Amino acid sequence: MFEDFIIRGILGGLGVVLVAAPLGCFVVWRRMSYFGAALAHSALLGVALALMLDMDPMLGVVVLAVVMAVVIVAMEERRILAADTLIGILAHSTLALGIVALAFLQNVRIDLMGYLFGDVLAIGNRDLLFVLGVAVGTGIILWFLWRPLLSATVHADIAAVEGVPVMRVRLVFTVLMAAVIAVGMKLVGVLLIVSLMIIPAAAARRFAATPEAMAVGAVLVGAVSVVGGMLASFYLDTPSGPSIVVVATAIFAVSFVLRRSA
Amino acid sequence: MQGKLVAMTMVEEQEAGEEDVGVGALVAVEDVVVDFAGDRVLDHVGLTVSVGEIVTLIGRNGSGKTTLARTVLGLVKPKSGRVWRRRGLCIGYVPQALAPDPILPMTASRFLTLGGTADPERLNDVLDEVGMPDVADRQIVGLSGGELRRVMLARALLRDPELLVLDEPMSGIDVSGQVALYKLIGEIRDRHRCGVLLISHDLHLVMAETDQVVCLDRHVCCRGTPEVVVADPAFHTLFGPTLGDAVAIYRHEHDHRHTEAGAVAPLDEGREDTGHPGSSAGVAAAETSRS
Repeated sequence: MFEDFIIRGILGGLGVVLVAAPLGCFVVWRRMSYFGAALAHSALLGVALALMLDMDPMLGVVVLAVVMAVVIVAMEERRILAADTLIGILAHSTLALGIVALAFLQNVRIDLMGYLFGDVLAIGNRDLLFVLGVAVGTGIILWFLWRPLLSATVHADIAAVEGVPVMRVRLVFTVLMAAVIAVGMKLVGVLLIVSLMIIPAAAARRFAATPEAMAVGAVLVGAVSVVGGMLASFYLDTPSGPSIVVVATAIFAVSFVLRRSA
Repeated sequence: MQGKLVAMTMVEEQEAGEEDVGVGALVAVEDVVVDFAGDRVLDHVGLTVSVGEIVTLIGRNGSGKTTLARTVLGLVKPKSGRVWRRRGLCIGYVPQALAPDPILPMTASRFLTLGGTADPERLNDVLDEVGMPDVADRQIVGLSGGELRRVMLARALLRDPELLVLDEPMSGIDVSGQVALYKLIGEIRDRHRCGVLLISHDLHLVMAETDQVVCLDRHVCCRGTPEVVVADPAFHTLFGPTLGDAVAIYRHEHDHRHTEAGAVAPLDEGREDTGHPGSSAGVAAAETSRS
């Protein structure tokens, strides 16, 4: 009935939202969506640097995202500029640098649109295994990180007094975000990956009484978006990544209306 | 108090013996200096909190109270001076402000278990103890300031703390609520035999259950029992004659006895401040008022 690439796209997408949605809850709670967008924007530069150094592009994305995170946190501490200005500068300059750097790679043909908006056709069996492997790995780490990260999110000082190594927890969280961006990039692209983190979380908020319920709800919203988006893409011949995000946005809009009428 | 305070310039937490800081001491901060952006926030400040003792820090906004508490908690590393904590000391901390965010769904019971304990029976016991038996399933966003403060106190108590640090627990609470909360803090101290470090900029009612008051203005202005501090000229200089005189010392009947001269004294005189630098004026005043 379906082409293989649709099945691979749905499986890979489900793997991504399984961690992107709960991580996205923290992005929403910690008000880090611009921070996440900045990490995603730097991904192209990561790809370019990795290709220059003959490394795996995904590894390049993760490494550069972590470097970005450390630079943002360090510069915020010194309070030279407001955080949003700083993040904006880094996000757009790394995006521009990335595109320029890719142009220098003469002998490599790069599907720029694929990186920016995702290309489900480009996901092979090996890629699918990689995406699922990273999803399971980050999912396990997030499971153990959950309570300390949640505690530090509610109140960092109380968490610290209760023995949570707040800085280390924050760093691991950032690395997880970078990993999800790297694998999600394949599916929905660097410009849309953050929406796959924050829209399901925002849609689930209204129906949750605890943080855990919100995370589970976000996974469900994300899963429905992936399946719905891929099917829409198949039948309507629309680009798959943006289709997934459109479905997620539609669910968010419905949840918003339900909240108004409730 | 045995031994004497050892003058050292060390920033690291010390594993010093108890005899260096006094028997029963839970935390001792000595000669601590803290600078923020070139601004001296704490200037050679000392403080000790012992088992079963309530120490109240008072001072105006910007006087370094919160910074001193955060130094005690290990959240601020001083530029110089010594911070000693009893080995393995378990601290319960109720910070000045927790502004629950509506985007983060959180019931009171889930908030309590964030610290690690999950036994539902114990949760109920602690909520009963702070006088909030029915809030477990309510969202913390919907709690009033006073209710939230009590829930935060419950989370601190769940840890069975040896030391409670309460930063401005009374802000945003009406006077009758304040009296009740002070009474609760006194009861908790009696029941758990923990030390309490209390921060307040409220002058009224501050001293109800307090054993020792430390008046801070980036340095220690004066310290001693509430009666001593209220009588101290430095206290009046700091808060001005009108405010200084308006301070009421509400004590509950079981909390004090009267001396032959009719002065009010705490039940346990052994707990009085006798060995802290900078308090000589206060101690001297205490001697006079007691005789």
